[in-house]
Amino acid sequence: MLVSGIKSRPVYGQLALDLYAKRHLVAAEGEGALAVLDCLRAVSADVLSRVTILYAGGASAGQSHLDRLRTLNADYCHQFPTIQTLLFRLNGVLTTASMGTRLYASGTEGFIGQVIQLGLSHGVDHHSIITEHRGSLARRVQCTHCKGIIENVTTNVATCAHCGVNLLVRDHYSRRLGAFMGVSADAEEPGSLPASEQMFP
Amino acid sequence: MGLVFKTETFRDDFTFSNSSEGIRHFPFPFHEDTYMYAVNIEPHVKGPVGSATEFAIDVDEHYVAEMEERALVLKEDPLRCQALPHMMLAQWDLLELLMTAMSQDYPEHFTLERDGDRWHWINRPLGIDQHFLFGDAASLPYQPMEYITRQCQGDFCLLDQRHNNLWMDAGIATAQADWSLDFDIGMSFMEWHGPVPLAHELGVFDRALKFLLNLQQGRPVRRLNWTMTINPRMDTSPEKYHKWGMDRTTVTPENAGEKVHLRVELQGLWRLPRSNAIVFSIRGYLMSIADIATVPKWARRLHRVLQTLPPELVDYKGLTRFRENAIAWLSHFDDGAPTSPGCGPE
Repeated sequence: MLVSGIKSRPVYGQLALDLYAKRHLVAAEGEGALAVLDCLRAVSADVLSRVTILYAGGASAGQSHLDRLRTLNADYCHQFPTIQTLLFRLNGVLTTASMGTRLYASGTEGFIGQVIQLGLSHGVDHHSIITEHRGSLARRVQCTHCKGIIENVTTNVATCAHCGVNLLVRDHYSRRLGAFMGVSADAEEPGSLPASEQMFP
Repeated sequence: MGLVFKTETFRDDFTFSNSSEGIRHFPFPFHEDTYMYAVNIEPHVKGPVGSATEFAIDVDEHYVAEMEERALVLKEDPLRCQALPHMMLAQWDLLELLMTAMSQDYPEHFTLERDGDRWHWINRPLGIDQHFLFGDAASLPYQPMEYITRQCQGDFCLLDQRHNNLWMDAGIATAQADWSLDFDIGMSFMEWHGPVPLAHELGVFDRALKFLLNLQQGRPVRRLNWTMTINPRMDTSPEKYHKWGMDRTTVTPENAGEKVHLRVELQGLWRLPRSNAIVFSIRGYLMSIADIATVPKWARRLHRVLQTLPPELVDYKGLTRFRENAIAWLSHFDDGAPTSPGCGPE
């Protein structure tokens, strides 16, 4: 579990089924599949008949866990080639979701952030989304200068993939953007960068 | 009262300056020779004549130039002004608050006529004469918050109150000290204050939030905050940090008096009547330390505050690169004499 002193960062818990929900909508990425398995392994067939699993296998993990997810016999379980395609589907599902749907997300922080962001855009209160962090500690970062998003940042200093500014990743997280804040690392003395460390492996 | 609005800039050639009245008007923030965070909230009541708190909303000699600067920032970066959809009622509340205060306290410059929902607003310094329907956003050229804050000095945030918390759900920030509205919009009170060092541990934010959740209509409060800025630059946003950051390396013991500016924020908080939201205004004042040194007590005190500032605050406020030079410059004005209590000039 990710524990830090960052006040603006969400607290990620453990996936646990909301037994009052009529429909369980589970979005998982990479190692997040293992959290889904832990959560649903001992659940009755009746509950599983109301579970939808959207999975992006291998995104942050070396291997896909699709075969193991299939053994759960959930109502629907589909693997998407990328996180982007998963989110496109999730958007479609949320558009027609009815009262009583509970949203779950597990995987890297950047993935959870994007699921929460999508939920917010459909009026889902972020407090109501059940999340569990699994896999890489990599951060999703927004460049504050050009507003471009950089995925899977593992170092405290990273170059913006859009505008080329060298960014220092601040310990400040925006739920609305699903990203950490990246601010110029060498504005005061161009070219003089702090040592880059693998801080979010 | 004879306000003469200056023609001046806050970028490029930096022609901004304070008149001698402007110096006396400055809200010097230190009431003693050291500084630490505190919940320094007090009722926003009428201050002395000529001071920054004489009126609820302060209009000063920099009004026209600051509004031109704001328009420039918004043209370059429209995301500096944003409002989540549920904040429209609070936007109207804010417009009413500002128009009412400005027209009451500066009648020679601003006039507001109300006939039911039909309002007529005249802003003489900016040459604006606007008829509109209160509550009908289509009757104004901008949404109400942007419309009125393009005509009022200071950054503004509108805080929604729910779940026993405050949420920064609308605002305009074109003169901010290194925080991003675009990044922080939608955050709760503790979340947007996340990066501030020491104060969380001191319990400052817990107490401040508890206090603000109970803020009453008609009883606004205020506090002062401060930092330092190189050159009289209003827009020290993170968005443009890669453009202004290098200013911090240009300070020498010789030029510190002209280059280094004390930046004071007079922060006001009002409960709004229709939306129950809170207005959080951040009105910034800039003064070079050379101008501060024209007031002997202020020069002595600023010298001592900078010398004893906790390292975490030096770092967070971005003073690391030029603090020593500012202290060296100010040392010529500190004879070691005791200073009187309180923020005033004597």
